Amino acid sequence: MPLNIVVCIKQVPDARTVRFDAEKGTIIREGVDAVINPVDLNALEAGLSLKDALGGEVTAISMGPPQAVEALRETIAMGVDKGVLLSDRSFAGSDTLATTYILAKGIEMLGRFDVVICGKQSMDGDTAQVGPGLAVRLGLPSVAYVKEITVLNDGGLFRFRRETDSGYDVVEVEPPFLVTVPPLLNTPRLPSLKGKMRAKKADITIYNANDIKADLKKIGFEGSPTRVVSTAVHAFNARKEMLSGTVEEQVRALIGRLKEAGLL
Amino acid sequence: MAHVDYLLTEEQQMIVDLALRISKEKIIPVRAELDEKEEFPWDIMKELAKADLFGLYIPEEYGGLGKGCFEMCLALEALAYGCIAVTTTYAASALGGYPILLYGSEEQKRLYLPDIASGRRFTAFGLTEANAGSDAAAIQTTAVEDGDSWVINGAKQWITSGGEADVYTIVALTDRNKGARGATAFIVEKGDPGFGFGKKERKMGLRASSTRELIFNDCRIPKERILGRRGQGFIIAMKTLDLARPGIGAIGVGLAHAAFNEATRYAKERIQFGQPIISFQIIQHMLADMATQIEASRALVYAVARTIDAGAKDFAKVSAMAKLFPTDAAMKITTDAVQILGGYGYMKDYPVEKMMRDAKVLQIYEGTNQILRNIIGQAINKEQIIKDC
Amino acid sequence: MSDNAGKEQGLQAGTPVPWRGIWVAAERTGERAADVTLELLAKARVLGDKLGAPLAAVLIGYHVDGLAGELIGHGADQVLVVDHPELASFTEEAYGGVLAGLALKYRPEIILAGATLMGRAYIPRAATILETGLTADCMDLDIDPKDRVLLQTRPAWGGNLFATIVCPLRRPQMATVRPHVFKKVLPDPARQGEIVSISPEAEWLEHRLRVVESVKDDAGDECRLYGAKVIVVAGRGVEHEKDMALVKELAGLLGGAVGGTRPIVDQGWLPERLQIGQSGVTVSPRLYIGLGVSGAVQHVAGIKDSEIIVAVNKDPDAPIFDLSTYGLVGNVGLILPELIRQIRLEKTGRVV
Repeated sequence: MPLNIVVCIKQVPDARTVRFDAEKGTIIREGVDAVINPVDLNALEAGLSLKDALGGEVTAISMGPPQAVEALRETIAMGVDKGVLLSDRSFAGSDTLATTYILAKGIEMLGRFDVVICGKQSMDGDTAQVGPGLAVRLGLPSVAYVKEITVLNDGGLFRFRRETDSGYDVVEVEPPFLVTVPPLLNTPRLPSLKGKMRAKKADITIYNANDIKADLKKIGFEGSPTRVVSTAVHAFNARKEMLSGTVEEQVRALIGRLKEAGLL
Repeated sequence: MAHVDYLLTEEQQMIVDLALRISKEKIIPVRAELDEKEEFPWDIMKELAKADLFGLYIPEEYGGLGKGCFEMCLALEALAYGCIAVTTTYAASALGGYPILLYGSEEQKRLYLPDIASGRRFTAFGLTEANAGSDAAAIQTTAVEDGDSWVINGAKQWITSGGEADVYTIVALTDRNKGARGATAFIVEKGDPGFGFGKKERKMGLRASSTRELIFNDCRIPKERILGRRGQGFIIAMKTLDLARPGIGAIGVGLAHAAFNEATRYAKERIQFGQPIISFQIIQHMLADMATQIEASRALVYAVARTIDAGAKDFAKVSAMAKLFPTDAAMKITTDAVQILGGYGYMKDYPVEKMMRDAKVLQIYEGTNQILRNIIGQAINKEQIIKDC
Repeated sequence: MSDNAGKEQGLQAGTPVPWRGIWVAAERTGERAADVTLELLAKARVLGDKLGAPLAAVLIGYHVDGLAGELIGHGADQVLVVDHPELASFTEEAYGGVLAGLALKYRPEIILAGATLMGRAYIPRAATILETGLTADCMDLDIDPKDRVLLQTRPAWGGNLFATIVCPLRRPQMATVRPHVFKKVLPDPARQGEIVSISPEAEWLEHRLRVVESVKDDAGDECRLYGAKVIVVAGRGVEHEKDMALVKELAGLLGGAVGGTRPIVDQGWLPERLQIGQSGVTVSPRLYIGLGVSGAVQHVAGIKDSEIIVAVNKDPDAPIFDLSTYGLVGNVGLILPELIRQIRLEKTGRVV
């Protein structure tokens, strides 16, 4: 049964090139490459393999600044059929609650959807809240932290193995649903040459706040209940101490420190 | 500092980027293990197929990308940066595909090229025999017409991807007394009756590639598997090799570049006599020669490949040059890389010893560099006009 | 679009009933309350005293009322129990629906939950139904008493940044909190509290997920990594497979879990699910011990939130030392046995 699959992605600064401004307590954005949030690649792979198995269409959707179009082009190079960018100045400053609202309004523009897949969390925000929150907005059941996907009844039913705090659950749900996936679920495919050439020419649909008929009270700064009041760079080196001496002396010194910290 | 700008198009840059990414993410992490275990790189071949690289040189109407010799060279160089055993496996498939592309009938092209382009079927090329290496005309494998079939007898030696490939283009004698004009090319498929393989050869380098004998024991194939015309076998083989040789040069460039990078990285980190060894002039001179040879090789390969793509007719000489110079350079550069790493370079913990072992074959296969000098020399001898610069 | 709850938002609507009290959404480990729940009760008790607000634990499940006493002993004034067969298995929908339903009915000003796999799966659903702010994975909490605002501090960017976040205008203020951040207090068996049994409304319980099987898996090592207090990690410097037994022994002595870097997993010495780093599991133990871990960026991204980082590496210039609390320079093959020997000595007072 062909499925309409939606994968949510986010363009984030490349962790490998990010530097931090200790005085301002912010990240330095200059000279930083933008990449697809790493675990979103696993979400894309999950969506593309479902399409390989069952047929259908994969749409990648993202909220972000105009340059996030490039991230969506990359998904097309991997085999995604359609890219949709939700971009508007008024989206800026959205927290997870406002983001779920905007994404939901964007996804509703796509018509029918059977499966929504999100990476577990973004590298920058790191909240893991958008997936489950988006499911509520879309009126869908959600399954977080899916480690294994089994298709039953030709896509009429899905069985997941999902990690729990004490082991794992095997759960079943019929589409439509939303799942969030962790990094080790699969190995994301590389783009293909034909995909890259297609991506270069592909039309990425861009919707603004007006297009998705967003309630301006629910988006951006105004639509975000949370406020960041301060940020600080975490000083790792504050207690850096190289222990000296022979192996025995170093180990003894360490054990002393661990006892002080109440760890032994 | 500026690098030489080869003025690649956006699409050509895409090919380089993707092939290099496969090299770094999929090939380099496993190359030592593949070498150690002499393991055929099926997983990587699947990656190359998914990336559409098997269709690079195949026209779009047959499911490929319709690119030329130059784009093949770009892909081969980037893959060789990772491992030339893997790259040779990829290149061998093109070597098996070229004869069908160049001389196949429309039916043959429709039957084989889409599968080759998608990577569904994997190809190999068989010319060399035990007693016919540089002297290719000495082949003894025969093909005899029998009703609706050809019956092939004999053996092909050291065939890259032998046993792994699905489709083989081979050359056999059809008219023993006609000499070089008595050879004909055929398409043989794995599973054809009477077609078998020898044991996998054990090699000094290139160990992840699979090398086997092809054995024809009253091998019977349908009549329509003849490739080109009867008697055209050697022309097909020579044209195929002419088209493929710049690619081998490109493999040399990629390999040499990888060895150079290892040597440079090491020379910057290795402290002796209280300073990084790159601060010694002798090391700098070695690296300078390596870098210059690499750039000269690359420039030659690219220029020849572009000449071929521009529609040059008789390019045996320049094609031979584009293999000869880069592969001799690669041997020298990988050897020097081992020298710069010293004792570490000789150890399997570092990748340069494998690079040096692998490099040697580049001077031997697809025409030894001695034969290539013959080709170039004979061409010079034949040329009527001595051209001004 | 589900929009059933936002209109009830007290502050915007200026409703006369104020949002009051702190809730802790309880979790279980087996038949007991989870450590993180007890840690949260201890912290919430302090926050509640600052606010002059009562503290309630919310207990959702089936046949779970046995835990109420333990929760009261650890500081809850009240335990709200929702006990129903439909809640026997965890589903994001029903648990999120029940918590949101309760919150709309009883109007707490703060809801805290563990940043466990479970908490992070259903608390965002509740927050979205309530159309309120939720801060993930907090490492510190405080109260600004003048406007009863919860100050929530959390790491961002793999622990490189710390951000303090507030939710000034909407209620409840919600946060998930990392395990091991706060200390639980000793239980007071004499403490009195009220147990309130609440029957859920049918719509709270609606869910489409069917839990076929729920497996307790002690070998679910990855989850143990996630919540572990101590993690011992093997890196490339662990040169022989037999040394992995020592790595596991050290972890056992410290009551911790074992993880590995990419090269160790690639060699097949540990299963892939125990790979720590950006492409594996992200961990935040109180104590991280890296044995022969060089500190590749991809690994470091997964350990940065550890409280104490101990690094053992033979290369004094290894990048791991730049972020370690304590560094030991030397061969893992020598230091590891010595560590085990001395810790044993410490624990038993004799050499075994």
